[in-house]
Parts: sequence; C-alpha cells; structure tokens
Amino acid sequence: MASTAEDLDREQKLEGIGCARKRKEDPRFIQGKGYYVDDVQLPGTLFGAVVRSPYAHARIKSINKDKAMALPGVKAVLTAEDLKPLKLHWMPTLAGDVQAVLADEKVCFQYQEIAMVIADDRYIAADGVDLVEVEYEPLPALVDPHKAMDADAPVIREDLVGKDEAGQGKRVHNNHIFRWEVGDKAGTDKVFDGAEVTVKQAMVNPRVHPCPLETCGCVASFDKARGDLTVYMTSQAPHVIRTVVSLLSGLPESKIRIISPDIGGGFGNKVGVYPGYVVAIVASIVLGRPVKWIESRIDNLSTTAFARDYHMVGELAADKNGRIKGLRVNVLADHGAFNAHAQPTKWPAGLFSICTGSYDIPTAHVQVDGVYTNKAPGGVAYRCSFRVTEAVHLIERMIDILALKLGIDKAEIRLRNFIQPEQFPYNSALGWQYDSGNYPAALKKVMEAVDYAGLRKEQEEKRKRGELMGIGICTFTEIVGAGPSKACDVLGVGMFDSCEIRVHPTGSAIARMGTISQGQGHQTTYAQIIATELGLPSEVIQVEEGDTSTAPYGLGTYGSRSTPVGGAATAVAARKIRDKARNIAAHLLEVSPDDLDWDIDRFKVKGVPGQEKTMKEIAWAAYNNVPPGMEMGLEAVEYYDPPNFTYPFGAYVCVLDIDRYTGETKVRRFYALDDCGTRINPMIIEGQIHGGLTEAFAVAMGQLLSFDEDGNIQGNSLMDYFLPTAVETPHWETDYTVTPSPHHPLGAKGVAESPHVGGIPCFTNGVNDAFSHLGVTHIDMPHTAFSVWKTLHELGLDKRP
Amino acid sequence: MAKQHITFTLNGEKIEILVEPRELLIHTLREKLHQTGSHIGCETSHCGACTVDLNGKSVKSCTVLTVQAEGGTVTTVEGLATNGQLHPLQEGFMQEHGLQCGYCTPGMLMRAYRFLQENPNPSEEEIRWGMSGNLCRCTGYQNIVKAVQYAAKKLQAAGGA
Repeated sequence: MASTAEDLDREQKLEGIGCARKRKEDPRFIQGKGYYVDDVQLPGTLFGAVVRSPYAHARIKSINKDKAMALPGVKAVLTAEDLKPLKLHWMPTLAGDVQAVLADEKVCFQYQEIAMVIADDRYIAADGVDLVEVEYEPLPALVDPHKAMDADAPVIREDLVGKDEAGQGKRVHNNHIFRWEVGDKAGTDKVFDGAEVTVKQAMVNPRVHPCPLETCGCVASFDKARGDLTVYMTSQAPHVIRTVVSLLSGLPESKIRIISPDIGGGFGNKVGVYPGYVVAIVASIVLGRPVKWIESRIDNLSTTAFARDYHMVGELAADKNGRIKGLRVNVLADHGAFNAHAQPTKWPAGLFSICTGSYDIPTAHVQVDGVYTNKAPGGVAYRCSFRVTEAVHLIERMIDILALKLGIDKAEIRLRNFIQPEQFPYNSALGWQYDSGNYPAALKKVMEAVDYAGLRKEQEEKRKRGELMGIGICTFTEIVGAGPSKACDVLGVGMFDSCEIRVHPTGSAIARMGTISQGQGHQTTYAQIIATELGLPSEVIQVEEGDTSTAPYGLGTYGSRSTPVGGAATAVAARKIRDKARNIAAHLLEVSPDDLDWDIDRFKVKGVPGQEKTMKEIAWAAYNNVPPGMEMGLEAVEYYDPPNFTYPFGAYVCVLDIDRYTGETKVRRFYALDDCGTRINPMIIEGQIHGGLTEAFAVAMGQLLSFDEDGNIQGNSLMDYFLPTAVETPHWETDYTVTPSPHHPLGAKGVAESPHVGGIPCFTNGVNDAFSHLGVTHIDMPHTAFSVWKTLHELGLDKRP
Repeated sequence: MAKQHITFTLNGEKIEILVEPRELLIHTLREKLHQTGSHIGCETSHCGACTVDLNGKSVKSCTVLTVQAEGGTVTTVEGLATNGQLHPLQEGFMQEHGLQCGYCTPGMLMRAYRFLQENPNPSEEEIRWGMSGNLCRCTGYQNIVKAVQYAAKKLQAAGGA
C-alpha cells in the first residue's frame, strides 16, 4: 500500500487493479481494424449457404440437388446422406443428447438445416439454395410444451422411441427428456401444510434470443498437404470446440487449431457447436479449400441457441409477519427438438437451484421437467450464469406477491428475510454455499439514494388521481464462476481456467489465457491484475486469447467466469513469478528471501533503505544471473480450479410511469447498486452494467420468439425482434458496495451478467407494482405497450373521462 | 448477369470496379475492396453496423446497390482519421468508453460523423434520436451519447467539422 506521494505515483503509473484504465482494444476498433470472423479472407475461400426447412415437423421424401449442382460456381451440395459415411450426420450435444447435423429423413423444427450449398461466392451459394428441391410430407407440429406429454402428442424424436433415457436421467414419455429434483420434498410439503400463509403463482420466462450484433460463423481451412485443420470461429469456448472437433473428426487435437478472433458480442449465443460449423469443416476437408459459413440474422434468431422458455410455478410458505418458511418450485422446460442446452454437463437445469435468492429460506424443493417440442434446440444462458435469470425472476416475483398478500412493503419484506452478513458462508437449503454478502446494507443504501419513502408517498398521491406509477425492487444474488471441477464439467473436462505469463528480459510481459473476450475488455483488465501482482506497468503487458495453438487450455468465457476463474488463474500465475523473483532478488542483494519486503514494483531489504531491486531489474537478471540451481527465465502457468462459485449480488430500484390510454411504459429512473467484490476496472464495470441493464430492459419490455400453431417462428428478424435503440433505452444510475469473495485470490466475483439477471425482475416488478392496488397479482413479460394496454383494458382504465 | 463498370471515390481514392448489378455496396467494400471496417448485422437496414457516408448522407450499405454509388463519394470508418490524426469522434468513443465488442462502432462513428454536421450542437435527446438507426447490444448507449457530446464540444472548439 502506498504511503508517500512518491509511492502513490509509482503505484498509479502501473495502472493496476482499481484503475479506470482506458481500453487497449479500442484503437483497432475505432479505426475499422477489428478482425472478426467474416473479415477473415483466405485465398480460394468458398462460401456455404444452408438449405432450411419451411416446416416445423415433416418427413423428407426426397432431396434433389441436380439443378443446384448444375449452376456454374456451385462446388458441392452436402446432405445427411453425404455425411453418413463419415458418421457426422448426427453429433453429440453438451447435454448428453444427439442432434442432427443435417436433417436425417425428418425435420423437427422450422429452419432446421437440410443441406449446405458450397459455391464460389455468397451470391452463387444463395442462388444454389433456391435450386435445391426438397419434397416434404408435413406432420402435426407440437408447439405447446404443456401438451408435450399428452398421450396423443406427436412423437418428435423417433430415434429415441423405446429409450427410457436421453442422456440426463430417466424419462417417462417419448417427448420427455429428464426430470431433475433437488431439495427436501417431504420436508417442504410439511412446511406448506402447516403454514400460516401461502402464495402460489404460475409465470413464464418466454423464449428469447441473445442476438449479439455479429451472428455466428466460421471459416474452416483444411490443408490437405499438411493434414492440418484451422477454423476461425465465433466461439466463446475455442478449446472445448477443438476437443469436440477432434472427437467428431478423428483428427488429433494437435492437428486442429481453433481461432476465436474478435467477437462481436456473445451473450451465450456463441458457446455451442452448431451444424453450420460442422458442415463447413467437412466441406473444407472434402474440397481441400477454405469454406466460410456466416449466419444471416434470420438464421441466427431462428436456429442457433434460444434462451429461457421456462414455464414455472412458484410457491412460498410464510408466517404472518412475512418470514418465509419454505419454497416450492415446479418447472416445465421447453428444450426444443434436441436437448442442446449449454450447461455444465451434470446440471440439466443449470444452477436454477439458486432460486432461494438472497433470503434465508430454511426448506425448499425444486422439480424441473424438460420436454421436446418442434422448436429450435438451445436453452443457453443469455447474459447470465446457467438458468440463474429464471431462478432470480422466480424468487423476486414470488417475494413481491407474498408482500402483496400480507400488505407488507416490498422493501420491508426483503429486509425481514435477507441472509444476514454474519451468516456467511451461508449454506442454502438447495445445497449452495454463498461465499459473502451484505444484503441489508446494499438495499438500505439504494432506498436512501432514491428516497424510497418519498417515492411510495408520491405513488400513493398519484393513485388517488388515477395515475399509474410503479416502483420495482430486485435484490438478487447470482452464482457465477463455474466452477469447481468436482461439481462442473463440460463433456468430462473440468471447468478450470488458465493463464500463462512470460516476463521478458526487458521487463515487458505476455499473458495468454484460456478465456476469450467478446467485448468485456480482457486485454485491458487482465493486464491490470498482472501489473498489480508483478509491479510491471500494464502498458507493457500484452494479453492474448482465443488461439488454441498458443493459449493454454481453458473453458472459455460465459457464465461470468472470466474474472472469477481466469482472473484468479492470472493472479496465481503472477504470484508464482513473484515468488521466483523474490529468490532472484535475494541472490542479487545477497540476503535471505525472508529479509525482503514486496513494495509495489520492487523487493526491498527490510530495514536497509536503498537496498532494493525493481521487478524490471529482476527480469533482466532472470536471463543472466540466477541463484545456483535455479533455471533461467521468468514465466509461469496456472490452471485454476476454483474452490467454490462466487456470489455477486445487488439491489436495484426502478421507477416507471404507465400511460393509461396507450399502455406505454416510461422508465423514469433506474438505480443499480452492484457488489462484485474487488473492482478491477471501475470504468469497464460501469460499462458492463449499462449493457446488462439494457439487455434486461429488452427482455422485460419486448423480446419474444413466438410461434403459431404450426410451429412457424414469428418475428425472427430485427423488424420484429426487439433490440432497444438509444431512444427507448433508459438512463442508468450506478452505485456499488464492496464485499470481497473470501476464496478468490483477488476477492473479485464477476459482474457482467448481474445487471441482466437483476434487471429483468426489477422491470417486471415495477410494471406489476403499478397495478398492485387494483387486484392484479402477476402479469407476464414482455411488457410491450400492447400487453400493458390489454391489462388496462380489462380493468377498464383505458376509457378517457 | 453482365457486370457493370462502376467508378466512385472511396476515402479520397478513385475506385474502378466491375460488379454484378445486384451486388450490395457492403459486399463490394468488404470483399472486393477489403475495407472490412463496416460490418453486417441484420441485412434488413435495422442495425446500422454497415453505415457509411454516401454523397453527404448516412446510408446503410447492406441495402444500397454498388451501382447506386456510380460517380459518388463514399466515406467509411477507414477514412475517418486524417493525416494520422484520429477524428474527435474516434477519440470520444475511446475516452468515454463508448464501445465494448466494437462490432457496431464503425457504423456508430459514421452515423455520428454525419449527424454532427447536420446538428453541430445537439442536446442529449437529439443525439439519441439522431443515432437511433444504429443498434448497440453492449453499451446501453449512455457512453455513446457521451462520446458524441465529447466530439461535438471538440469540433465546436475547433470551429466546426
């Protein structure tokens, strides 16, 4: 810690942890020099375009490629029949199921991949798609998940008929995938039977899509002479992709290089393995030329990785003072036609069992049933840790509904139920150990900042005048940083992450990571961690990610795991280097290592002013003058397996006004307090919170992938799918408290997903609050003007006086 | 289809090129002229990632045919800096943390470049409306607004764009 002005100056020059350092990534992006997958232009590249099904459920009677093949410039048309000899017409999913790479005799969702046309340019490929003739026999489509397990429901997965298991435990119906239960069922039932008060509410987290501005895509390049495969890919997990590609293709991992270049946003959309990648790779191997496949926006919204589609029933049991005694949850999860959700393998409902939230709930039971429907596969974590958005939504709606029933203020009921600061580490009824938190302090700080009492008074006065004003509260706890390998793996690979640091003779350094930024600013923030740990200026620390041939193996970036896991690996790797540096410094200064103190950027001999060696000097010595028996060089690698998840939290309040006659909702104020533990770069944290809140606003107020009764997806372009513009997006106010994680080397917890997870229920609680004096208990998202107007109309409030 | 001979000025340089009549300007820029700064996000004119300046107007180059640029002047993000000096907007986006993944940024910069010539001294609301044809999924726009304000101030001080 700096004590003099000179020390402070030395520390500030490092631009380490806590510094609002400007981003290292920006110069290339603002000059149009980013390098995204579609910018990769290899000589001789062919373009792939996908033939897709117009039907949600149909048998394929025939596919005729002749006309397409006759088009000049078309090089190949690949179908399931072509992939069959390679056994690549089906592929394993991350969830223990299989998925058709190209439809095999039958299509199970609209826009499903039937064939890929490979041609000299994208225009010819698109023309070729139009010339592929496919004859279908339409089948009845199953759209409503509530009807999936009816006796007469259409069988979607004929390949699974007769199997009582689809990779995630026992199933009881042809369209059933799994049942997952956690908690004490008998104990919970007993609490409900004897409860003074109970509330029960059905609610839907509708099907939405992460919709990053850049769609998914790849450039696969197989070098026949060398036998090497290089794939540039929009992947949030390049190393895992390499393992999967190796398993599927039979090529050794050493012959495969996956490169995630700059990624134009991910938000969970770019975790999985999609058919387009697989077919492009096969096409490149077959044709010996680079093959590029880039999704259109319609393909993206229609096929690659929806999120949510959780149909939940929540119940709370409480005493009449509002102290919660039990939570019971039943979920029907619509997973689409293949179980291809992207969760740690052992968790069919992700980390949904965080649904006891920030509250000390002694007893709980959760049951989740997954079902197949004729919709695209997916179920990804859209800017959240696995199924945590759904979990937080459930508990935050339920506690409001309980408050309403008991006539207790919505802030007050939270204060009565919070896990108290002295209860950490806290073991939840559903099996998690929360690492640290101070929930009452966070909520009280926000209540004071927004003058909560004043807002309630204003609301009361407005209600007397017939005006609709809502105050939404959300006090969420996330579970991020997956995760301890004893609990989490992807296809058997533990969910550790990694960092390799090399310090050069002149005192600059390069760090290579197993994670991959999609806009989070890793090049900037990881360098800050190393700067503080090693006393080298962050300016001379280069951070590289995303190339499996140079970076150490890591599980990638999603579920807010980069800072909790990759950041921890960085700190530990840097500390290994500092330990070695201490020994070198002791050798140079001819003292014992124990006689040295670390001071910002140097080791000093205790009690002897002026006897010191800077890290820069030590770096030079590491390459020419090390203690006898020590190897030269100054580098380290760490594969960090976290001992626990981290549990960021926050308290949000929004204030909104509803136009009685149009149903339009105007968010007047949104105040977000986040506690992500130690803060590495406050500027980047604030930016992440702005972005997460905006995505929360989008989900709560407008996003929806809907289907008609034949399974036709409706609204799959940006004409209809709601991405807020600068005009609709509210103004954000941010605040923070700091409660470090006790088990993370830096005390950091991760932040980018909190605002999405906490923001959605805050908005929906706000809209519901506006109606809560009118006998309305719950209105589902999205709260479009039309949806709100329907409520107004039912209540007769839309009639002008 | 018979190719058309097209001539236009791109970032101050004269371009002559043969294109199919149906070829979109964004594809010509990115794939034939290797100016990959402008991006494709939606193909339907909604997202604005492909925004470039054509004859003094912001256009979405994913829905402009290259033949429509005949004889015209096109400016893309690659032409924004002059004599090695960043444009105040580029500085503003960096100083105010107006970008994250960077995918929308070239389109945002090009729209703001034109917008500040249309309205050199805009209010926050005018900026939000003026930039509303460009979508960003990362920033929540607040810092983009600040970046445009930063540039407006700097351009005003320098005596206009």
